[in-house]
Amino acid sequence: MSGATTSLGRLFLPGATVVHRLPPQCKLVATVAFVLAVVSTPREQVWAFGLYAMLLAAVAATARVPAGVIARRMAIELPFVTFALLMPFVAHGERVTVAGVGLSVSGLWGAWNILVKGTLGVVASILLAATTEARTLLLGVERLRLPSLLTQIATFMLRYTDVIVDELRRMKVARAARGFEARDIRQVGVLARSLAALFLRSYERGERVHLAMVSRGYDGRMPVLHGDARASGAQWATAAALPAAAALVAATAWMVQWTHL
Amino acid sequence: MHVPDGFIDAPVSLGTGVIAAAGIAVCLRGAHRELDDRTAPLAGLTAAFVFAAQMLNFPVAVGTSGHLLGGALAAILVGPYTGVLCVSVVLLVQALLFADGGLTALGVNITVMGLVTVLAGYGLFRLLIRVLPRTRAAVSAASFVAALVSVPTAALAFTGVYALGGTTDVPLGTVAGAMIGVHLLIGLGEAIITMVTVSSVLAVRPDLVYAARGRVRELELKNTPVRPSAAGV
Repeated sequence: MSGATTSLGRLFLPGATVVHRLPPQCKLVATVAFVLAVVSTPREQVWAFGLYAMLLAAVAATARVPAGVIARRMAIELPFVTFALLMPFVAHGERVTVAGVGLSVSGLWGAWNILVKGTLGVVASILLAATTEARTLLLGVERLRLPSLLTQIATFMLRYTDVIVDELRRMKVARAARGFEARDIRQVGVLARSLAALFLRSYERGERVHLAMVSRGYDGRMPVLHGDARASGAQWATAAALPAAAALVAATAWMVQWTHL
Repeated sequence: MHVPDGFIDAPVSLGTGVIAAAGIAVCLRGAHRELDDRTAPLAGLTAAFVFAAQMLNFPVAVGTSGHLLGGALAAILVGPYTGVLCVSVVLLVQALLFADGGLTALGVNITVMGLVTVLAGYGLFRLLIRVLPRTRAAVSAASFVAALVSVPTAALAFTGVYALGGTTDVPLGTVAGAMIGVHLLIGLGEAIITMVTVSSVLAVRPDLVYAARGRVRELELKNTPVRPSAAGV
């Protein structure tokens, strides 16, 4: 992928750490299991989330992913931060007064719940994408027995996103060169017609790609170039460290929760 | 707006995951039946198109902007099965690579934004087109209504998921009101863009609008025979 121009190419931070070298399927399973443990932890056990954050920090340190990179990519969750901040004002139930403003207690818990679990999930995904190349990640998805047609579609999408986004950018330059500026809703027609042109270019490119593939012997299946790279038991064990620790934290949190009820 | 981790509790997340997986399995079979070995490149390129189209922000009101969801648009252009696949793949890639939408919430996101928008949008489109006259204007109008309805329907579906497994106790009426209110506005933007896009594609390549096949006249090559004219002109 010649992704120097779009954000796709910059997601992966090359490296040779333990985390980078793990097979993608192991990392995928580990990440999903970790997030599941986080999501199922009772929100009242605040300490547990501190431990989760420390676990992720340890992974980031091992993989040598700079904190600045993670912080910058976390901007993706901003819409939900806004939503969470509104929650104490609109939720029902018992209310407390903070600085003269009545806030709902359960709303505060709800906001905390979304913020902390959402943030941990976002950071876990950022670490996954920063240590695994996009193509390899899809290979991992395929090795986890997802339908190969689905991963083929995803691979094509990844491969051509840069091309399509560049076309979109050229159209934008062309519009700007003709004095176009999207000021309000009335200009939506111009954008939509650009979109129609973009669809035609994308679809026709797809037709050409298909013909080019057929002429090279494509019969609906992609040739397997990577062999059957099975992960070894040791690799699975290494990858399991994170979710195992998280599961321990979650189990302890539930135990504390039950004994305090 | 992608649902993050922790917004919906674990059992409902897993349940919607099962629904999403079943829906995708049906669509994989359907798309393969329609496109055969062209499925991967065509659906892949259309997914890239949906992904790029979502980058196009349009101003909604003062200071806020919205972007396309693309479910109804994709379904009308490439068919419902392929449409679901395209939107789902976009959501998968966004969750895996951009941390946009939680990994455990992927089932919720695919069910709400992939399955529901396409089912609602495409279903309504087919219904409308059956009763409307066979003209380009009718197809455009149908795509307008389909896209307009698909977005608040998705918001409604999300409210349903939230009622089952929401982790906060914001009253359901408030959630439903806010979600549907905001998404009516977003749906209007979606509807205008979908309508103009579909009608522009219809004008150039009517054969590429899946949902309108056989409903509009194919373009034909018109050439006026040149009359052998008198010499010297």
